[in-house]
Amino acid sequence: MSQILSVSEITNQIRQQLEINFQQISIEGEISNFKPHVSGHWYFTLKDSGAQISCTMWKGLNNYVFFKPQDGMKIIANGRITIYPQRGNYQLDVKSMKIAGEGELQAAFERLKKKLYEEGLFEENHKKEIPQFSSRIGIVTAKDGAAFQDMISIASRRYPLVELVIRPARVQGEGAAEDIVSGIQELNKTDVDLIIIGRGGGSLEDLWAFNEEIVAREIFKSKIPIISAVGHEIDYTISDFVADKRSPTPSAAMEIATPNTEDLLYQLTELQNEFQNILQNKLDGSRDVLNKVLNSYGYRMPQNIIKNKMQYLDNIWYRLESSVFHEFEKKKNKIEVLSNIIDSNNMVKIQKKGYAIIKQNNSLVTKAAELRKEKHFLIKFYDDEIGIN
Amino acid sequence: MQKKFNSFEEMLKRLQEISEELESDEVGLDNSLKLYEEGIKLSKACAKKLEEAEVKITELKKSLES
Repeated sequence: MSQILSVSEITNQIRQQLEINFQQISIEGEISNFKPHVSGHWYFTLKDSGAQISCTMWKGLNNYVFFKPQDGMKIIANGRITIYPQRGNYQLDVKSMKIAGEGELQAAFERLKKKLYEEGLFEENHKKEIPQFSSRIGIVTAKDGAAFQDMISIASRRYPLVELVIRPARVQGEGAAEDIVSGIQELNKTDVDLIIIGRGGGSLEDLWAFNEEIVAREIFKSKIPIISAVGHEIDYTISDFVADKRSPTPSAAMEIATPNTEDLLYQLTELQNEFQNILQNKLDGSRDVLNKVLNSYGYRMPQNIIKNKMQYLDNIWYRLESSVFHEFEKKKNKIEVLSNIIDSNNMVKIQKKGYAIIKQNNSLVTKAAELRKEKHFLIKFYDDEIGIN
Repeated sequence: MQKKFNSFEEMLKRLQEISEELESDEVGLDNSLKLYEEGIKLSKACAKKLEEAEVKITELKKSLES
C-alpha cells in the first residue's frame, strides 16, 4: 500500500523534484498574455505550437530587460521552474530574457510600428510644425554623449541666440525608455519651443529605448513639437515615425531646429536695401508729384493773372501815352499854324512898306465911304499915329 | 518709438511689417521716413544681436518623483 499524502505534502515533494532538476534552464517561446502588474512584476505565458508555460518576472530583474515584451514576441527566457502551491501549477521564474535572434527584434519593431500606424499615431495631421525661430530648445539625451556636443556646436554656428535646455537621460539599457518619457514630460512643463530627443548611432539593441511603445506614446502626447534624432542616417526608430519631424542625426536635428545666421544676416542686408529702394522710389515719386502740381494750371494761374494785369497796365500806358502825345502834337501844330497866320498878318511889316491904317471910333475903316471926314479919326503909321480933327 | 522686443523672431516680424507698410501706398512720406529709420535701426540691432550672441546651456534637473 502506498503512503497517503496530503495535497500540501505531494505538492512539496513535486516542488523539490522540479526545483532541483530545473534550477537553471533556458526556454525559447513566444510571449502571450503579457501583463505588467502595477507592482512592477510581469506575468505572461510562453508558448509554442504544442504547449505553454506560465512565467513570472519580478520587478528589479525586469529592469534589466532593454525591451518591453509584447505578445507574439519570440524570446529566450532564463530562469528556474517553481511551483505555486496555492494554484497547484508550475511556472518559470524568469531571471533574464533576450530576443530570440536579431530577426525577432526586427519583427517586434515591425509589430509595434504596424500597431501604432493603425492607431493613427504616425498621421501627418497630428504632426506639429517645427518653429523657425526657437528661443529655447529642450534636449533629451545623454549629457556627456557625443550627440549633445554635436548639437551644441551646430547651434553655436547656426543660431547662437538660442538657449539649449538639456534634460539628461539614459539613452540605452535599463530604464532608458522610462527616463526618456519623464524627460519629455518635464520639458513639457517648461516654456521650451521645441524638444529634440535622440542619441548617437548604435546597434538595434542600443537604440531600442526609442522603439519602445511608452516613448512613442509620450512623443505623441507632447504639446511641444518634437524632433526625433536617433543614430545614423539609416537607423529608423518608432520615435522617428511618431515625432513631428525625423532627422537622420542629432546634428541634423539641430540644423532643422535653428535658422542659419548667415542666411539671416543676408536677409537683413536685403531688407535694408529694400527699405532704401522703397524710400528712394517714394521720394522720387513725391518729387514728381510736386513738380506736376507746381506745373499744373492751378498753380500757374496766379502767375498768369499777374502777367495779364501787367500787360493790361502796359496797354493802358501806351494808350494814355499816345492820346496825350497826340493831343499835344495837335495843339502844337495849331499853335504853329496860328503863329504863322499871326506872322503873316503882322501890321507893322505891312505898314513899314508904306501902308497906314485909318481908325475911327476905335475900329478900322476899310472903305472910303465909311469915313466921316468931319469927325475925329486916326491915321496909324507903323511908328506913330496922327489925329485928324 | 524704440519698442522692446522679447525675441529675435519678434524683431524680424516687425521688420517684415515695416517692409509691408513701406510698400503700401497709403503711408505718407513723413511716416515712410520714420518707418525707414526704424527699419534700418532694427535690422542693424538684429545683426548685432546675432553676431554677438553665444549659445546658452541650462540643465533641467531630473525630477525626483520619476
